[in-house]
Amino acid sequence: MTVLETKPVATAPVATDAPAVPRRRKRRRPSGWHLFLIPVAFLFLLPFVQMFMASVSPAEELVSFPPPFIPSRIDFGGFVGLFSDTPILRWMLNTVIVSTVAIASHLVLCSLAGYGFARLKFRGRTFGILAILGTIMIPTQLLMIPTYILFARLGIIDGLGAAIVPWLASAFGIFLMRQFFLSLPPELEEAGMIDGANRWQVFMQIILPLAKPALATLAIFTLLNSWNDLVWPLIAINNQDWFTLQLGIANFQGTRRTQWTLLMAANVVATLPLIIFFLFAQKQFVATMTLSGLRG
Amino acid sequence: MMTTAERATATRGPKPAQRSRRRLVEDLGGWLFVLPASILVLGLSIFPAAWAFILSLQKWDGFSEPEFVGGEQYARLITDDDFHAAILHTGVYTALFVPMSVLAGLFLAVALNRKIRFIGFYRTAIFVPFVASAAATGILSTYLFNPQFGLVNNVLRVIGLPQQKWLEDQHQAMFVIALMSLWGQAAFTTVIYLAALQDVSPELLEAARLDGANAWQSFWSVSWPALRPVTVFVGIWQTIGAIQLFDLVFTTTRGGPLDATKTIVYYLWEQAFRRLDFGYGSAVAYALFFITLAITIGVVIYSRRRGMEAF
Repeated sequence: MTVLETKPVATAPVATDAPAVPRRRKRRRPSGWHLFLIPVAFLFLLPFVQMFMASVSPAEELVSFPPPFIPSRIDFGGFVGLFSDTPILRWMLNTVIVSTVAIASHLVLCSLAGYGFARLKFRGRTFGILAILGTIMIPTQLLMIPTYILFARLGIIDGLGAAIVPWLASAFGIFLMRQFFLSLPPELEEAGMIDGANRWQVFMQIILPLAKPALATLAIFTLLNSWNDLVWPLIAINNQDWFTLQLGIANFQGTRRTQWTLLMAANVVATLPLIIFFLFAQKQFVATMTLSGLRG
Repeated sequence: MMTTAERATATRGPKPAQRSRRRLVEDLGGWLFVLPASILVLGLSIFPAAWAFILSLQKWDGFSEPEFVGGEQYARLITDDDFHAAILHTGVYTALFVPMSVLAGLFLAVALNRKIRFIGFYRTAIFVPFVASAAATGILSTYLFNPQFGLVNNVLRVIGLPQQKWLEDQHQAMFVIALMSLWGQAAFTTVIYLAALQDVSPELLEAARLDGANAWQSFWSVSWPALRPVTVFVGIWQTIGAIQLFDLVFTTTRGGPLDATKTIVYYLWEQAFRRLDFGYGSAVAYALFFITLAITIGVVIYSRRRGMEAF
């Protein structure tokens, strides 16, 4: 959609500036919307609150009915059990590796391709970009079986490589970067060329520094998707040593249904990094959400 | 599409002999930029998609020789009661989730689109579940909706309502899954509607106010018509996502109780990766693809006829 070209860095939507007079009036009179928003916000936060409280509850309290809303004492037994009895640190490391490689590779490959498709003139360019955009319509479920067989034949199944390869680049990433580069004025590059820089220098020294907001959006998109992916690791990885966090905790779900403090501690470990990240980079996250919805 | 990059190169054209060499260099240079990402994206989508079609015409368990069976796998789909049940379960989820998520997004966006105190806090509260994975959401769901000690049943008890079996009841399980999907994804439709509300003309809203319209009237006659294309878009987007439900089923019920939450993708996964029936799994995948395609095309044609350009 064309929205991309106009606002590549859409920030959290804010109500347009109202004239000063009604704003002052509003400040004196509390809005009735609070009556709606307070319970809604409470309901949205409640599962997280429960998750954190359960993770530090004594094990026996979690399976008593009625469950206490607040644990009687803080008990880190769940976390202790998690780190001593399970390879969660290993899974965390695996996930960090997968996401880091995915983000780095996305940033490099998609910005190169996006720039090429936006600004360079070469034979086959239109065909190339159309083919890439066409792949967005193919559901990933259609690709799972052949990709699994392909990776098995290449001998990269059941290892970190299998988890990483599908995340190295994406059609959406190329599309996002291309839209951003199309929105930049071409005079920037022409000025650089006149000064004697070649294409590569122009790209590295003039274009890429301007692309930081788009790169941040792409990085967040890749982080969210690669960190939270479950289906592909589930198919591609059987060896516990190469589990990702999501696969690890989904596996707990089947085998340790009774150890709720451990499950909740694992949930906290798998979710907290992204929550903290979200709180720090909220504006950029919201921009990413908006853009990933407006693709297509 | 073809912008000034072309014009820039077209203006400086030296001798013809040099021109063809320069053209070759430009072609090579362009492909150097785009090739690595293009090979990955196309190689991991178009090639497997074609292969999946070939697989769907075969009977193959991954070990023995593949046997070509033509359209047999597709014929099997037509008479497979388990597949029909999976379509039904997916349909139930879609019918629950899509209207809920579109309406929730609309309500929340209208509520969040104003300057009141603590609005930043409200936004954060509604947006932050978006980062929770399906695995984490699934574990939370089984905990909160546990019939024995779950918080939800405790709340029901306190307000004097009968306890429910939730994920362990075949009629309620899909509802719980839809509710928790909504928790995780409400931020998405909300953000899209918020962006669309920003584009509603402030002049028109002001004019409506001056004409004496109340909040509801100005929403209905000014904002809503502007939001209709977005609604079509969000509806299609959420429907496509809903039809592909898998993660949350896997991390809550694993298809149960009594297969009541076995969706199309869950069935596909089971056929391909549990029973190693790659041919039939691929046929299910293609059926899923065509269902999605048909719905998308249908909605697009319908909305074009009604004059709502969403695409």
